[in-house]
Amino acid sequence: MHFDYWLDNFWSLSVGGLTQGAIYALVALGYTLVYGVLRLINFAHSEVFMTGTFAVIIAWDMLGYDLNAQRPGTGVVIALLVAGLVAASLTSAGTALLVERVAYRPLRRKNPPSLVFLITAIGASVVLFEAVGLLTDRKLKGAITLVQPKEVFSLFGASVDNVQIMIVVAAVVMMFGLEQFINRTRLGRGVRAVAQNPDAAALMGVNRDRVIMLIFMIGGLMAGGAALLHIVKVGSAQYDVGFLLGVKAFAAAVLGGIGNLRGALIGGLLLGLAENWGAGIFGTIWMNVVPFAVLVLILMFRPTGLLGESMGRARA
Amino acid sequence: MIDKLLKADGRRLGFLAKMGDRWRAIPKGWRFAAGLAFVLLLVVLPRVQIPIIDPIIRTTKIDFTTVLFTVAMYIVVAVGLNVVIGLAGLLDLGYIGFFAVGAYSVALFGSPQSPLATKYPWLICVPIAIAVTMISGVLLGWPTLRVRGDYLAIVTLGFGEIVRLVAQNSAFTNGQRGIGNIPYPPGTWPEGGGGFLDPAWGTLPIFGSATSLGWYWLALACVILCMYASRRLEHSRVGRAWVAIREDEDAAEIMGVQAFKFKLWAFAIGAALGGLAGALFAGKQAFMGSNSFDLLTSILFVAMVVVGGAGNLAGVTLGAILVWYLPERLRGIELFGVELNTGEYRLLAFGLALIIVMTFRPKGLLPKRYRSSQPPVVAEEATA
Repeated sequence: MHFDYWLDNFWSLSVGGLTQGAIYALVALGYTLVYGVLRLINFAHSEVFMTGTFAVIIAWDMLGYDLNAQRPGTGVVIALLVAGLVAASLTSAGTALLVERVAYRPLRRKNPPSLVFLITAIGASVVLFEAVGLLTDRKLKGAITLVQPKEVFSLFGASVDNVQIMIVVAAVVMMFGLEQFINRTRLGRGVRAVAQNPDAAALMGVNRDRVIMLIFMIGGLMAGGAALLHIVKVGSAQYDVGFLLGVKAFAAAVLGGIGNLRGALIGGLLLGLAENWGAGIFGTIWMNVVPFAVLVLILMFRPTGLLGESMGRARA
Repeated sequence: MIDKLLKADGRRLGFLAKMGDRWRAIPKGWRFAAGLAFVLLLVVLPRVQIPIIDPIIRTTKIDFTTVLFTVAMYIVVAVGLNVVIGLAGLLDLGYIGFFAVGAYSVALFGSPQSPLATKYPWLICVPIAIAVTMISGVLLGWPTLRVRGDYLAIVTLGFGEIVRLVAQNSAFTNGQRGIGNIPYPPGTWPEGGGGFLDPAWGTLPIFGSATSLGWYWLALACVILCMYASRRLEHSRVGRAWVAIREDEDAAEIMGVQAFKFKLWAFAIGAALGGLAGALFAGKQAFMGSNSFDLLTSILFVAMVVVGGAGNLAGVTLGAILVWYLPERLRGIELFGVELNTGEYRLLAFGLALIIVMTFRPKGLLPKRYRSSQPPVVAEEATA
């Protein structure tokens, strides 16, 4: 127990936690969307994120900026970030759609108990990360440091650098965009309708299969964004990166109230904070225990999460 | 094409069911004798070269007896996990945690290197290990069994990971250096061995490092005992309660089944069997490090129960054989000039198997049949 360490470094731990939490939040969105509509945990979503991280690095490699390349000027950096985002989003969304097509759709027709979906999702997850593991020889793949962390301002003595600001701002902007999409557009209304009552929505002419594909795709796009931010922050990708991060993001989704978009953001940020504070108090080796402990505590005391489970405002 | 495949699969299932009915139609005494003969065959399997069968099943790259022990130990795991997944319908992704708790209990209570330094013999460590794992099962189940089934999976996943992290990082378990000198049961091989045993073992300890035969027999005995107990349990009031909860928890509650209590029992009993398997593992290894308990192994545990056929003892045994024996048998075999690296592809193969089996045969390769869906067996009435 190092409470004095935690107090001394409170602000820097908090800033670090919020940054990591923003990434959790983006991944948590994937869980929340699928759970909100289908009422099942998309266990393979962590691998959707993982393929995104590799896509970013491979895209940069192909554009000639591999691990050993010189750091380019600002304009090129922005272009590369956009290219990475596009590559990661497309790859992640593609993976998510593939998982939906292979592991979920054939089963959905048979209407089995929800545990069956969970098991196929675990299968899909194992297949994806083992396949990537075999392709990459289970090695860490490094990326070029495009954005050098540089202190922008200091918050009560804790330095806040440009990478951290970029991650949090990007995550919040993506969340805001998604919420507008779900609440304001025609497609979003379809998603909410299916989440609220699938049968009634189908009778009203909403194509359920298309909505399901849409949410898997959006979840993949968000995971792709998270993958880019993760690469900018951590600088490397590995085949098993998704496993722990996925469980943590799921814990974040449950913390905020699974099925609730704003809940994913709040849950992600809080979980990031809790994790970093826990690491400060108990030591970094116990960092990965914190999300699980949080998960058990929420399920014991408030199983519906902080904001309650609902997709958008529609659910009364 | 998929419809055709499904139809063919349905025919195969029908054939299996018919074989099962025929087996049940045989008089009880004959069935018992056949079972006994089969067990005897398993007992002598590592030491006797049975014509035709032997070259097919004997592993070439790894000591066959050791592989048989490993499979038997994991069958104990499968039987235990079957209670949780197959009978009570609770998806436990962190079963490796119980396995690890059992193994570490033996290491901590038995080894002179452990901080407890009680140095109990192995046979006393086993009941302690089972008790400790049962308690850990109740402690984990108490807060989590009230939540929905799919959440339970993630929470248990977390439990497995926490056990591993504790084992790896705490000073109590000696961290990554591990604990050595774990005790093993007493006894030495008789000298000579009468042609059946290897004379080179003469008066060496039965459970020593010379051979795995003693461990294999012990594990086999555990398998038979656990299967018998599991069967009795399944046909008892408790077993019926589990099946009722699995099929529809709300309906079971309305009918007066205390779902929470029985789910907790399922967790505790499943954990106890995991602990027993862990105790076998610790004794055989004689050394306990945290690396043996990663979560992917836990997923393989689930795979063997689910792919084999949850709820059916024959099914989960088949699953254990597929997951732990087949890769060892195929190891080193050359196919089209490429040497099969089965250890490397095991997880990939079983990940695929999970998807395919769940899609085509959601109840596993050897599914469990229940009386309600079973036509009355006329032959059995006639012979009884």
